[in-house]
Amino acid sequence: MLSAELMDILREVTDPEIPRVSIVDLGMVEGASVKGEHITVSLIPTFVGCPAQMLIQEKVQEHLLAAFPTHAISVRLSLEVPWSTDRITDTGRQALKQSGIAPPGADLNDVACPFCNRHDTLLQNLFASTSCRSLYYCRACQNPFEAFKPL
Amino acid sequence: MARTERRSIQEIKDVPDLRVATQAVLFQLADDDMVIGFRDQEWLGLAPHIEEDVAFGSIAQEEIGHAAHYYELLSQLDLGSRDDLASLRPAEERRNSVLLERPNGLGTYLESPHFDWAFTIMRHYFHDVWEMRCLGALTQSAAIELGLAADKILAEKRYHRAHQELWIKTMLDRGDEQSQERVKKALADTNEWAADLPDFGGQECLFEETRIVPGASTLSTSFWQEIDAFTGALGLPRPSGTVTRLNGRRGQHTPALQEALEVWSEVYRLEPGAQW
Ligand SMILES: [Zn+2]
Repeated sequence: MLSAELMDILREVTDPEIPRVSIVDLGMVEGASVKGEHITVSLIPTFVGCPAQMLIQEKVQEHLLAAFPTHAISVRLSLEVPWSTDRITDTGRQALKQSGIAPPGADLNDVACPFCNRHDTLLQNLFASTSCRSLYYCRACQNPFEAFKPL
Repeated sequence: MARTERRSIQEIKDVPDLRVATQAVLFQLADDDMVIGFRDQEWLGLAPHIEEDVAFGSIAQEEIGHAAHYYELLSQLDLGSRDDLASLRPAEERRNSVLLERPNGLGTYLESPHFDWAFTIMRHYFHDVWEMRCLGALTQSAAIELGLAADKILAEKRYHRAHQELWIKTMLDRGDEQSQERVKKALADTNEWAADLPDFGGQECLFEETRIVPGASTLSTSFWQEIDAFTGALGLPRPSGTVTRLNGRRGQHTPALQEALEVWSEVYRLEPGAQW
């Protein structure tokens, strides 16, 4: 009961760099449990160097505190399980696409344009505005776009 | 040697040999990433084109983020806070390779920055290959947290190395004669200062005995093999041998490191521990 409520609250927290995608759908929540008066959430970073992870940790803390004001809350970041792109849920992939970011493919050449869905795309730079994305150009609809890096 | 059981940093703290080895390899990794991340971010606004400006900024951020993670592990050995370790240690306590503290070129970020893109990329490529060699060994480390960090960061570093490889190939294949000459010079300049990069400052035996860095004494050879295979395939002659100069792994540095430290820690020193 409480656990379901806990997941609902975590689903409200988003990555500040991808505001439409919840951290649950990004696969960042490795564990969440309620034991008596204690709530423990374990988050895993998408990229170790990602500066958003600390902000996300704080946001989770704030959201949980607001919902469970009498509980002791512990939110930790760990590398216990390495995050990988196959942790992104189907909902997450759809939300990425709606944000104009191509969801990760099997490799760097397997990328469909988020605007026209065609595969006639060209990798322009392995790095883009954040650690987790690469820069592409769609030859079909002539839009530049970013794609989530396969990891 | 029999496979030692793996231990957590909390357990390692009280075992002198393991502690010394863990600390030593972490300081090298952290200080390398911190100083190369600093050199990378000096390119902001100056990279060859706008997309690359954004891309290289992301690489800088990742280097500093990786350094932050290594410093965090050091702080778990009760060596001080992560931010203090990054910003307050004097040059002689730093264990980064001298190659990585070399300026990006002539001038400074604020005054006539005549930076050398070919050198920046070539030097970064050497750094990426070396860090990946270390991380590859660390995936089998007796220290649990080093193994976890290695698994994760290795996957991210592949993109760094691929980015530099692509630039080197592009400058050779698509560039004119001047561009090709610059790449050759970049390789010579990088090579000249690279002696202390694939080096553990004489601690290879300790690293191997404690299994903190399994196979530590073989990494230098495999590093040079990878460099030579890549440059050889491109027809780039690497000058034979490096020039032995200062060894950053033993705390010896050029004045360039001190100058860099003054810039990157200037604000932090105003009020260490302030919340931003
Ligand atoms: Zn398109």
